[in-house]
Amino acid sequence: MSDDLLPLAEVYARYEPVLGLEVHVELNTASKMFCSCATEFGAEPNSQTCPVCLGLPGSLPVVNAKAVESAIRIGLALNCEIASWCRFARKNYFYPDMTKDWQTSQYDEPICFNGYLDVEVEGEVFRVPVERAHMEEDAGKLLHLGGATGRIQGADYSLVDYNRAGVPLIEIVTKPVFGTGPKAPQVARAYVSALRDIVRALGVSDVRMEQGSLRCDANVSLMPIGATELGLRTETKNVNSLRSIERALSYEIQRQGAILADGGKVKQETRHWHEEGYTSPGRSKETAEDYRYFPEPDIPPIAPSREWVEELRATLPEAPAARRRRLQSEWGFTDAEFRDIIGADALDLIADTVALGCTPAAAKKWWLGELARRANDAGLELDALAITPAQVAELQSLVAAGTINDTLARQVIEGVLSGEGSPGEVVATRSLAIVSDDGALLEAVQAAIAANPDAAASIKAGRQQAIGALIGAVMRTMQGKADASKVRSLIMESLS
Amino acid sequence: MADMALSVAEVAKLADLARIELSDEELARLAPQLDLILQSVAEVSEVAGADVAPTSHAVPMENVFREDVVRPSQSVAAALSGAPVAEDGRFRVPQILGEE
Ligand SMILES: [Zn+2]
Repeated sequence: MSDDLLPLAEVYARYEPVLGLEVHVELNTASKMFCSCATEFGAEPNSQTCPVCLGLPGSLPVVNAKAVESAIRIGLALNCEIASWCRFARKNYFYPDMTKDWQTSQYDEPICFNGYLDVEVEGEVFRVPVERAHMEEDAGKLLHLGGATGRIQGADYSLVDYNRAGVPLIEIVTKPVFGTGPKAPQVARAYVSALRDIVRALGVSDVRMEQGSLRCDANVSLMPIGATELGLRTETKNVNSLRSIERALSYEIQRQGAILADGGKVKQETRHWHEEGYTSPGRSKETAEDYRYFPEPDIPPIAPSREWVEELRATLPEAPAARRRRLQSEWGFTDAEFRDIIGADALDLIADTVALGCTPAAAKKWWLGELARRANDAGLELDALAITPAQVAELQSLVAAGTINDTLARQVIEGVLSGEGSPGEVVATRSLAIVSDDGALLEAVQAAIAANPDAAASIKAGRQQAIGALIGAVMRTMQGKADASKVRSLIMESLS
Repeated sequence: MADMALSVAEVAKLADLARIELSDEELARLAPQLDLILQSVAEVSEVAGADVAPTSHAVPMENVFREDVVRPSQSVAAALSGAPVAEDGRFRVPQILGEE
């Protein structure tokens, strides 16, 4: 793109980035926020609507208790205070994704406020202050048709599906995050990642960024180092992966840096992230006051009793950060090894595999090795591979029992991934079990020695490294279905 | 009309936000009318003393919840029955410019 960019090192030498993150989490309740329509993803368009979520006159919204419960649990997990009394508010805007011409949201009385989340970047802990977590509803989905494909510019008309309208959302907003310096983009990523882990552990959302059940808008501004007044910020939307959060912020920091270094002024605006690696100005006409918020008269205030809040606090799962520390020490991995596991998004998979009897080392070896490679080749997330922790645990038990070796195990994985059944079934149907019949093995050893007299002579003369050639020959004869250490000892016995 | 609470420019802005196209003549005619409505409503706040808290709800209730239970939605045909135009099981609306 045509934006001037100041190299990151120069930006950070002169300016302090200040972050602000807004994350929307779509809850996984069975029914919508204010009506009993299903929330199921992928249903026939407009088949999950009723007078309430279509905003028809005279319809009355009634709050989903489970959604309030989930909001409170998220707030508690983020160390927030829970309002003793709060209201919904109407956020007025005119766009066909919202039937009522307002979004039912919360304004100056969020249900959760004043919390924080500690995140770690390269061993350094940053406290991200959370301003609020409030309840609101999702909007419908627009399909732009005619003109340019799928884009709004040049579209002749749009088609609307209101199945998603009214699905409960929790919006989590940070306070300005200071003091990250050059680590700002990584802190933002670590925050969203930690938030995702927490929400997943709570079990209140699928938190899949690629499916839109977790969405992030990233704000950033720059201020000269030593200054106290915040700079003008931009809000980048459409940031749909952890990697994009980091990239989009790096880009904005460099773009703003170039403007400021040139004596210019950053325009406070909404920008859109493009996966090609740049942001472009968006065009949102509304400012906060244009939304003309006012209390929602149709929904009575929410006043969570302190007993209820404490009951919910007792249901919180172990905090992900604490769980990581516990697992790392239980499994005995180094910091670097454990970072690899986190980075590969393999913690839950390995934990589940270990829980099914696999050793931590073997679980890590399979998930971060062969399976990570195959997921990468297929362009899939690790947990989207067609193999379960139970199957990996079974695979390793077959290796441990000597039924297969690591080489054969890779073929077993291939079979499981192509839907041939469990590891045991694949071993049976593909006849992959190691031959334990000593007679057949001994025969192959004798043949290998006879075919490689030079190697045999070398070994007899004490040059043990020559044994590799003989082992290789035996394994070829056995089509890999032999235990290499057993082959080695049989060769040595035969030559002694 | 020197002390209008609502200026022509503000009405133009509101019309723009509401995506209603108004001519200069319409703005000149509607702005004073809307202003009069606002002034009339504002008189209510003169009646209410400082000791009367702003009321957002007509009924003094709290925590009106429903269980998270799915009930059947209406049919797609019923959902679309009030739509001026429908296509492909969806509501068809004119192109919307100026926003994304
Ligand atoms: Zn509904």
